[in-house]
Amino acid sequence: MEETKYTAANYKSDQPVRWCPGCGDHAILNSLHKAMAAIGVPPYKTAVISGIGCSSRLPYYMNTYGFHTIHGRAAAIATGFKVANPDMTVWQISGDGDGLAIGGNHFIHAVRRNIDINMMLLNNKIYGLTKGQYSPTSDRGFVSKSSPYGTTEDPFIPAELVFGARGNFFARSIDVELQVSQEVLTAAARHKGASVVELLQNCVIYNNGIHNYITDKEYRAERTIHLVHGEKMLFGKNMERGLVRDGFLVKAVEIGKDGYTIDDVLVHDAHCQSNFLHQQLAMMDGHDLPLAIGVIRDVDSLTYNDEVMRQVAEVKAKKGFTCMRDMILAGETWEVK
Amino acid sequence: MLEDANVKTLDKVVVRFSGDSGDGMQLVGNIFTNVSAGIGNQVSTFPDYPAEIRAPQGSLGGVSGFQVSVGSEVHTPGDKCDVLIAMNPAALKQNCKHVKAGGVIIVDIDSFKESDLKKALFVTDDPFKELGINAQVLEVPVTALVKNALADSGLDNKSVLKCRNIFALGLVCWLFDRPLESALHFLKNKFAKKPAIYEANAKVINAGYNYGNNIHASVSTYRIETKDARPGVYTDINGNTATAWGLIMASEKSGRPLFLGSYPITPATDILHELAKRKDLGVKALQMEDEIAGVCSAIGASFAGNLAVTSTSGPGLALKSEGIGLAVIAELPLVVIDVQRGGPSTGLPTKTEQTDLMQALYGRNGESPVAVVAPASPTDCFTMAFEASRIAIEHMTPVILLTDAFIGNGSSAWRIPDEDEYPAIKPPYVPSEKVAECSWRPYDRDDKTKVRYWAIPGTEGCTHRLGGLEKDYVTGAISTDPVNHERMVYTRREKVARIADDIPGLEVLCDADADTLLLGWGGTYGHLRTAAQELCCEGVKVAFTHFRYINPLPLNTGDVLRRYKKVIVAELNTGQFADYLQSKYPDVEIRRINKVQGQPFLMSEIKEGVKNIIAEK
Repeated sequence: MEETKYTAANYKSDQPVRWCPGCGDHAILNSLHKAMAAIGVPPYKTAVISGIGCSSRLPYYMNTYGFHTIHGRAAAIATGFKVANPDMTVWQISGDGDGLAIGGNHFIHAVRRNIDINMMLLNNKIYGLTKGQYSPTSDRGFVSKSSPYGTTEDPFIPAELVFGARGNFFARSIDVELQVSQEVLTAAARHKGASVVELLQNCVIYNNGIHNYITDKEYRAERTIHLVHGEKMLFGKNMERGLVRDGFLVKAVEIGKDGYTIDDVLVHDAHCQSNFLHQQLAMMDGHDLPLAIGVIRDVDSLTYNDEVMRQVAEVKAKKGFTCMRDMILAGETWEVK
Repeated sequence: MLEDANVKTLDKVVVRFSGDSGDGMQLVGNIFTNVSAGIGNQVSTFPDYPAEIRAPQGSLGGVSGFQVSVGSEVHTPGDKCDVLIAMNPAALKQNCKHVKAGGVIIVDIDSFKESDLKKALFVTDDPFKELGINAQVLEVPVTALVKNALADSGLDNKSVLKCRNIFALGLVCWLFDRPLESALHFLKNKFAKKPAIYEANAKVINAGYNYGNNIHASVSTYRIETKDARPGVYTDINGNTATAWGLIMASEKSGRPLFLGSYPITPATDILHELAKRKDLGVKALQMEDEIAGVCSAIGASFAGNLAVTSTSGPGLALKSEGIGLAVIAELPLVVIDVQRGGPSTGLPTKTEQTDLMQALYGRNGESPVAVVAPASPTDCFTMAFEASRIAIEHMTPVILLTDAFIGNGSSAWRIPDEDEYPAIKPPYVPSEKVAECSWRPYDRDDKTKVRYWAIPGTEGCTHRLGGLEKDYVTGAISTDPVNHERMVYTRREKVARIADDIPGLEVLCDADADTLLLGWGGTYGHLRTAAQELCCEGVKVAFTHFRYINPLPLNTGDVLRRYKKVIVAELNTGQFADYLQSKYPDVEIRRINKVQGQPFLMSEIKEGVKNIIAEK
């Protein structure tokens, strides 16, 4: 690994950050600056591309190449960018409305194609910039300005979409978990292919406390589990609880109780080809089973951009044209003298 | 040989092949075109096919046609044909109106049985009488002759019947004295992986040719004049391929890699097909998940430093509007190709129109100027795709290239340009001294052109942020300042307007001193020019000019228009370009000839329209 030459400050732009005081985006931005320094790709080799929404203002606060685009389209724009200029490291920032409602189609196709970009999905379960409408991740019955009697629809669970689109990298963190955020963002950047990082984020104005059930300091250790590849799936204040197999499913047990020992606790394998267990882990929501944070799935696979470059090199070598004229002259032609 | 036959010598002839959409009419039309071009004829083609891939066999809705004009001074596929090949009664019914009086109709009489006639909704057993045909009809038992020729081939009946089109091709080659060797060469390439099918087709094309030779006394045959063309190496090219190649030329001349983000849509998809093949030249052509992703991936590629293009037709252009607006405010180069078809909505997907002009000019939110150009012919698609790319890159703006189904699918012989025939395209990179001084800001502009400099990501010292929010004129940071916004609106507008200094002026053809000026834009050039020439030959004084640069207009537009008492705009819509010109030049009285039938003009329609307007007091 090349030695890191950059600090978090090298990735900060001179623009004042304009998110509301107390917004979860501040912490995520800091985590991203630190992750970029840890990765060590120079700012001029980094591009940050976003859609529309509060979180999509993020590129203005980065001293990298940046593009704040239009609502929902960041994944498509980032795809074109990466294929056109594959030497750049590309980050794509979306919120739950931008990425999963208006941009849902681009989101699943970017994941399916396995384009080598790092997709950050900042999930606050609300439309903040338009002042408080329910989003595609809002729970059924959620009351908002556009659902005054509660929503009558079920939400997306982002991880489920990622697995449905055959995603090979999924990680999750929470705005207040700075260390875990930095860890998963770094892992996302190191993964070759589409990496989706869901970041649970608090909207202090329109949806304050939406993730409190998970983030409340008193219960956080019981209601979350930090998954690390190769390590036992343990959680609780004193790591006294663990996840074990229960037929086709997993369940949480207390070590030393009901005959369960530490040997029964599952070891996390983020690199397992099958996503069967990854999906179960990603679907845990903090109620019966703890919400999983950390890198849940990280599997190598062919990337779209590498395959495009490979085909270009192969076909070019095979045909041997130096310019378009060669190509045309190799076809059907006739000469007029 | 032909010398003793009844030979008509014409400077050009028009042939129309027609049959079921599964009969291979497009294939034989293309081979006949290529063979003719190969012996030095000028060619112009008009594939006229249904939207349905396979409508019910023998039905009127399933008729596919391919018209080609070959000869000298060919600018259009012709109004009516000298020879019609009709493979079944439905094809005869749909196409007999396209035959000149005294022309020849060749039919496969084996497919004119009672049941065939019923499928084509004939009510009597004499389709020729029922249609009132007064052309020479050559009734050829094509099916029987093909079966006969392939009796020992071992092919199954279905494969045998698939060769009927090639028999017709052989017959037409005899009729026009085309060399069979050349046609065989194309067939060999086409069936390179199926030698048995090639052998069968080779037998059948000879059978068709020999049949013609044996019965030649009963029908007029033709010899087509050729005229010396400019020396060089030629190929047959359709407008969509020419468009793709023009983009590649622009990539070579600008040093910026070519990127296409697209989504399949008739009649533009062939551009995606061609560029997908051109990985052999390093082209990256992406089939995206929808039209919006097509334009957005191109915008991403443009920001990343590529010559970025998206290709579509009218409905797709509507979906791309917001994306194009982003490229306008971010001031990024972007080429948007709209191969126009009949609208609104899904409209007439396979038919031609010029009805997207207003959408191209104005179809976005906000003050959102873009450059618009429109090629005049299939081969001009090459030049104007190059021009669209040049303008996009050198002026840092989206450019919409408006072609149409007629020139996109139509083909002509095209001289392959020499290396130095097209100019170098110079991207407005950030001046190196500005990078060195760290004094560059993302919306710094060239004083003369108002063009923003282009910093290619990956360049040290040029990191910057673009976006859809309004930016400060000086710093490039987000700005909601009212006066700044107005200044930016006028700056973007002025930047596009100043492209006029960088494009050729209008040329006036035919009788430049006439009182009446006929003009058009885009793909109608061949028909309008030929009509104007024919009018002049008939003693009707008319000048002619044609627009390929729509926004901005050539600088001499006002001068040219004001020189004439009557200015007639002929276009395939209800008057969009006429309205546009009228808004720019309110003092000029604009008259109109319009057609919105999904079909190209006929020369006769234009001539009649011009004569009527001239006759008005």
